[in-house]
Amino acid sequence: MARTNSLRRGPVAARRVRRLPVVDAFLWLVRIAAIALLLIGAVSSISSARLSGQQWRDLVVFGIAQGSVYALVALGYTMVYGVLRFINFAHGEVFMIGAMTGYFVTDGLARTALWDAAPILALLITLICCMTVSALVALLLERVAYRPLRGAPRLIPFITAIGASFFLQYTMASLFGTSVKAYPEVDILSGTFDVLGFRILRVHLLVIVAALSIMAGLYLYVERTRAGKAMRAVAEDPEIARLMGVDVDRTIARVFGVGGAMAGAGGLLFGLVFQNVHFLSGFLPGIKAFTAAVLGGIGNIPGAAVGGLTLGMVESMGPSLVLVGLGIPAAHQLKDVVAFLTLVMVLIFRPTGILGERVREDRA
Amino acid sequence: MSTRRKQFTACLVGVLALIGAACAPEEEKGAGFTPGPLGAVTVDTGAPIKIGLLQAISGDTASLGTDQVRAVEIAIEDKGGNLLEHPIRTQVEDDLCKAEGGTTAGQKFAADPQIVAVIGSSCSGAAVPAMEILSGKGILMISGSNTSPILTSDLRGKKGTANQKGYLRTAHNDIIQGQAAANFAFQKLGAKKAATIHDGDPYTEGLANAFGNSFKELGGTVTLATAISKGDTDMRPVLTEVVASKPDIVFFPIFQPEADFIVKQAKGFPLLADTKKLFGADGLLSNTFIVIGQTEGMYFSGPATPTGATYTDFVGKYEKKFSEKPIQAFHAHSYDAANMVFAAIEKVAVKENGKIHIDRQKLMDAVYQTKDYQGLTGTLSCDEFGDCANPKIDIVQNTAAQKTIDQVRGNVLFTFEPPAR
Repeated sequence: MARTNSLRRGPVAARRVRRLPVVDAFLWLVRIAAIALLLIGAVSSISSARLSGQQWRDLVVFGIAQGSVYALVALGYTMVYGVLRFINFAHGEVFMIGAMTGYFVTDGLARTALWDAAPILALLITLICCMTVSALVALLLERVAYRPLRGAPRLIPFITAIGASFFLQYTMASLFGTSVKAYPEVDILSGTFDVLGFRILRVHLLVIVAALSIMAGLYLYVERTRAGKAMRAVAEDPEIARLMGVDVDRTIARVFGVGGAMAGAGGLLFGLVFQNVHFLSGFLPGIKAFTAAVLGGIGNIPGAAVGGLTLGMVESMGPSLVLVGLGIPAAHQLKDVVAFLTLVMVLIFRPTGILGERVREDRA
Repeated sequence: MSTRRKQFTACLVGVLALIGAACAPEEEKGAGFTPGPLGAVTVDTGAPIKIGLLQAISGDTASLGTDQVRAVEIAIEDKGGNLLEHPIRTQVEDDLCKAEGGTTAGQKFAADPQIVAVIGSSCSGAAVPAMEILSGKGILMISGSNTSPILTSDLRGKKGTANQKGYLRTAHNDIIQGQAAANFAFQKLGAKKAATIHDGDPYTEGLANAFGNSFKELGGTVTLATAISKGDTDMRPVLTEVVASKPDIVFFPIFQPEADFIVKQAKGFPLLADTKKLFGADGLLSNTFIVIGQTEGMYFSGPATPTGATYTDFVGKYEKKFSEKPIQAFHAHSYDAANMVFAAIEKVAVKENGKIHIDRQKLMDAVYQTKDYQGLTGTLSCDEFGDCANPKIDIVQNTAAQKTIDQVRGNVLFTFEPPAR
């Protein structure tokens, strides 16, 4: 009962605060100032003709490619949050393990005849390996680290996730060393395409196409299959889902597996674009993907995709478009600042993210 | 808040030390010795003289610190392990190549009243906070590999923002390396427009700015001075800006792995596809960087490898003791630093019944007064801001013929030596 009361008090208190005209006015001022700064920066940047139209279009493509990788990783965060209400901070490491697997598989395949004869097939094999290994790691993580803690207060699996994250990082470091591992060159992925006036690097095209098709597949899986329906049911209410005959443990494991596979695919694409991976590679992309998930609205699968693309675009365009326009020196150093500032701004305008949270209401 | 607390802790430690110093010397202090304003170290009969080593010995930059720790060990062996009939003992602390490491190690050294001097740090970023602590305790620190101008001066009499009393170095000031790189780019390569990229670290920022200033003085234009942040992977947006400014040369004195991403992604930009437009610095002269295909043709600036019989002799000892060649560029500088400290201790120490007293102020003065000291790296003289080096900068190129870092270091295209100060 006490819980119900405390939950009721929240919105009431919030409403009372909102009624204060000072707070309201201040928030509006922040919003107007943010939009004004954005417009001033953008207008002065574009009118200075520092970058050509082609270069602006390049930046858009870089942003979409980077954003696609964020989106793939963000899916794992958002799905797990939707079902279990907790942030799986070890997800960035699952992503890193995908990228590491990609390195070992491509490195091995690059020495075979298959690499030159059928590069597409070789990449497909690598993709399957990465998705499988990452999915297995995620399943193991769920079974060993999270399932025994189901029902414990939320903070406990959260701390466990941080521990698991370090465990995975340093396991990889001790197994494969701390050195930076360089992916082999993929000949069919070097060079550019021209699409509708956009010059796209082949590797970026692969990333964008692969990410979009994988995400489309996931959407269909969640919306159209029995297993997907079970996931949505567990996300809605695990107790009722159990009463309806859904195997909750198995469904949760499946969520981790699918999320892990997405992260594995993201890891491979990251490796193909940046050609470098080491045991800490998962940390920053993990944080960014989590940001993307919150940006799009946590628990919301299309939201993760939108959030990822938005974040990628903001990182790529933000410094050049707004910061340089405002006359800030060495603007690209502030890329991460721009990314997280965007998160703050979006949450000020839309506290539940761009597409809104899809998390069931807590019931007493 | 935390600085308050630190200040408070520092005060507390200071007060305790004062109480300790006030109580202890009653019996120890001889009639013939009175400590100066910074206090003194008294080494008892048979007790060791303790030297702190503040070096990066873990992580990506471990080779930089390990190389210097080894050099100091050789310097001690050359002394026979003893100074004024007291054994020399070192205490190695990790500077982690960042500010946090410098702070922790600085506090450890400051807490030990027997530490006579510190040799280090490896990285400029660690030296700044370490020196804030050590300077307050009157402890001398002399570095063999810090090169950031902020630690000493701009070499024109303007004190660096992080300059502290008691800080000296035998490594070059990056103002010199910037001049060397700018001279090479402007005069030898004929570049008129340059872009610079740093990563916010005091070393990289100092060097990129020094290059930019020298390049402008020579008559060139810096079309873009930008920065990335450590941990970035996607360099294409910043490279788009670089390309838009149409430079003839891009100087990026940063580290791995960020530089890996820059050279690999630069390939996708027609203007930067020619690797002869890429110019790095000593932070990138490593075996793992030069093997990257896109670095073939790149130029690098860095301290010149010393020459002469004494240096060959030193390398022989190094190889015999550690069964490999020196692994980085600053071992000779640290060897010189250690020997300058030893010479100064010998000069100022006061002997008394088998004990020795080393006055901190006098020790510091003795090192600052070093003039025409013959070291492995040349003839060293210290200025009032602590720059002691006799700097020589080499510009080298990585071509298809070079396979190892030693070969790249040997492929010298240009050597820069500033006019005598």
